[in-house]
Order: sequence, then C-alpha cells, then structure tokens
Amino acid sequence: MRAHARVATELRTLSDGTRRSCVRTLRAEVPLVPRITMAKGPEPWAGGAPEVARVCLAAGAAGPVGGDRLHLDIDVGAGSALVLRDVSATLLLPGPEGARSCTVTRIRVADGGTLVWLPEPLICARGADHVNDVRVDLADGARLVMREEILLGRHREASGRLRQRTRVRLGGKPLFHQDLDLGTTDARSPAVSGHHRAVGSVLVVDPEGAVAPQAAHRLSGEAVVLPLSGPAVLVAALAGDNLELRSGLDAGLARLGPPWSPGRAGSTPIGAEAGQEASHVR
Amino acid sequence: MSGSAASLLLLADGRFPAGGYAHSGGLEPTVAAGRVRDVETLEAFLHGRAVTTGATLAAFAAAACGAFGEHDDALLGTLDAELDARIPSPAQRATSRGLGRQFVRAFGAIGPKVPLDRLGRSPHHPVAVGAGACVVGLDRHGAALAVLHDSVAGPVAAAVRLLHIDPFGAYAALARLAPLVDDLADTAVLDSLGDAADLPARGTPLLDIAAEDHAVRQTRLFAS
Repeated sequence: MRAHARVATELRTLSDGTRRSCVRTLRAEVPLVPRITMAKGPEPWAGGAPEVARVCLAAGAAGPVGGDRLHLDIDVGAGSALVLRDVSATLLLPGPEGARSCTVTRIRVADGGTLVWLPEPLICARGADHVNDVRVDLADGARLVMREEILLGRHREASGRLRQRTRVRLGGKPLFHQDLDLGTTDARSPAVSGHHRAVGSVLVVDPEGAVAPQAAHRLSGEAVVLPLSGPAVLVAALAGDNLELRSGLDAGLARLGPPWSPGRAGSTPIGAEAGQEASHVR
Repeated sequence: MSGSAASLLLLADGRFPAGGYAHSGGLEPTVAAGRVRDVETLEAFLHGRAVTTGATLAAFAAAACGAFGEHDDALLGTLDAELDARIPSPAQRATSRGLGRQFVRAFGAIGPKVPLDRLGRSPHHPVAVGAGACVVGLDRHGAALAVLHDSVAGPVAAAVRLLHIDPFGAYAALARLAPLVDDLADTAVLDSLGDAADLPARGTPLLDIAAEDHAVRQTRLFAS
C-alpha cells in the first residue's frame, strides 16, 4: 500500500482582529487520515489554547504492514502553531512476504512557527521490519516539541525490527541526528538498548534558548535530560513498558518546567497579547 | 589499506600518549549498572559498541582524513557540526573534544611535518585521528581502522581492570570481533565518500545515559 498525506497550517487574522492558526491543507490517503480536532490531554507549550491548530491522525487501515510505503508531509507556516497527535498507537506488522515497510515524514516549520508533535507509540510486532524516517527542517525562529515512543513487541511477544531515523536541522545546520536500529540482536547489546522493551525520547527545540538547562539531569529509572549542542534538549528514556516509558519522558518534561511541562496550571497562553486571555479547552 | 602499516599501529596503539588509556568507552558505568558482568556480556557490549559508536566515528575519521588531505577546511568544520548533532550526551561531547585536544597535542609533540592546528583547539577525537592518519600517509581505510580498533580495544583493556574476568577470555572476545571490525572499516570508507549530512548516526541510548551517570560519579577508575 502506498499513501501520501499532507497537513499544512498558516496564521490568519480573523475579522475581529485576533490571530489564529488554521489548517490550510488537509490531505488524507488511507491509511493516513488526518482530521481537525479539539484539544485533548496535556499539551506541552500549547496548554490547550484555542488559537492553536490541532490535527489528529487516524489509521484508516491496519498496519503499516510489510511492503507499505507511507509518506506524511507537515508544513507549519510562519507564526502558526500546530499540535499533531495520533488517535491510537500504531502497530507495525509483518507483510506476507517479509518485505520491509517504511514511513517517511517530512516536516517543515517556518520562522516563528511551532510544532508540538505527540504521536502515540509505535509497537513493533514479531516479524515486522519497519523504517520510520523523520526529517525536520526548522527555520531559525521555529519551535519544536517532538516525542517518539517505541515498544519492542506486544505483551509477551518478541520484537520485530524497527529502524528509527531522526534528522533535525535548525536554520539549515545540523541539530540532532540519530539512527536507532532496534529489535535486533545487536540492539540488545548493553551498549544500545539492552533488555528494555520500551525506548523513547522527547526533543524540545526553542531558538530563544528558553529550554536548555545548564547541565544534563539524570531522572529515576533509565531516563535523562540531555542539553544538545544547540538551543535544544533531548529527554531520553528506556523502560520495561509503555507506562513506565511515558512516565519517564513526562518526568523529563516536568524537569524543564513551564511551558514544556504538560498541563501545568498557569502556563502562559501562547499568542496572548496585552488584555487578551485565551480560554483553555480541555 | 594503503600507507604505512607501522604508522597505523602507532596511531591505534592504546599506549599512544593521547589519554585514550584513561577511558573505558562507557564500560565502567555499564559494569556499575550490572549490564556487563562476564566475558559473554562484555562481548555483547563490544559488538554493540562497534556497530554503533565505532561505525559512526570511523566514518567521520575517514571523511576527515579525506578532507584534511584535500585542504577542505569547510568540510572539516561541517564534520565537527555534524558529529555534535550525533552526540546528544554533553558528557560524551566533552570527552570526544578532550580526547581530540590531547591527540592534537601529542601528535604535534611527536614531530610530524604537518601540524593539526587547522582543526582548532578541541576538535572531536575521530576528526583529529582522521587528520593525523592523513599526515602519516594513511588512507581513509587506515583512519577508519584506527578508530574502530580503539572503539573495542579500549573497553577490553578497561574490562580487565573493572571486572573479575579471565583476561585471556576478554582478549579472545576481541579476537572474535576482528572480521566485524574489518567489515565495518570497509563500510565506513564507503559512507565517508557521501555527503557529510548522510554520515552514519547510530544511536546508543544506554551509553548516552551511562555517560551522564559516570560524569557525576565521585570515585571512578576511568575518565569516561
């Protein structure tokens, strides 16, 4: 199965003078089905503010399964903000002939734009062989919160193979580039992911430099907050299951403080100008 | 590999006075966490490190060897930035640059005709080794081999001090890795010929966390 879906946002000024991020393009192709949605759950940075655009990706079919090639393009226009979520976790399945499946996500965030991308976990079932290729190009003044969570096998199931490639550039320069090849014998090395069944991270990029702590911070379990070489931080964690993994990543975000810690009361509504208050939709 | 085999052995020698012997390649915190306990788990550690860190740094060393030989300072700068983006752990970035600085200093002191000043004061270690390899007449393959050897031989030497294991067993594990190291060096050379942005970036989540654990440890045998 081949599919190509697109989401694009832009900042518009409404008739009452307020500014709101709006979805300019929404192109679905099964199994990738993006839908405009309301705020749901804790949102780092956006905090439920209504002037943010929100899209949720639904799966229109099972998989990806071996042989599928899926493309997703995300374009966040200058000054606009998008929170992108999934309806549910993605189950990676083997194909009938053992072929590899691939999802390629290309993200562009223009100057002053913000993307908060919170997909649900990728679950790599036994026999699956998947490449998840994520390329992000951030303009100099763009902002990003990007989570990835990988579960190596379902409950009591051996894992398939998942190659997670993440390349983020800021202002045309390399910021974060990581290629994780998981679910293999090599990956079970104590140097890579050991016997952990859940691996994940949250990348936070804020060119205004508001995010980077002074030093790395070790959290409980196998989790850590890592200042990158650039105005960015990576919260990285390994765990036994998805609950423990999410907990580790949330602890890392909480460590960064507002506005990154999701759902903290009193976080500054984004886009609020003097005299305006954003109502929070929960 | 073309060039002087003796020069390769000099660069790859763990006793070369560039500080490498003070580092365990992340083994010490991995032993402290109980993930490496014996020869079998040591071998799994070495294998995993070789195909991730070793392979990545070897490609960068090979690329730096080529860039230095072609007097491409812009590419050397790009390699520095691209490698920074592949090392999320600040402790590991500091270690890499510290070892690079020590390598440049030691290399200058042993009297080659061409100094490595063009690399700046604290280049990343594989970039320094790649440039040094070029100066002593080695090719990209020699540079890659030196770095790959270091990525596994360093931890093995450390293992003998960190663990109650049979040193012969530890070195037997290293010997078993030789065909893999050769294959990885060949691949690193091919990888080094492409765009710097496409150089390998093989991640090591457990080593990233171990490096930060180790950086704050009060009592330790090795610097990293």
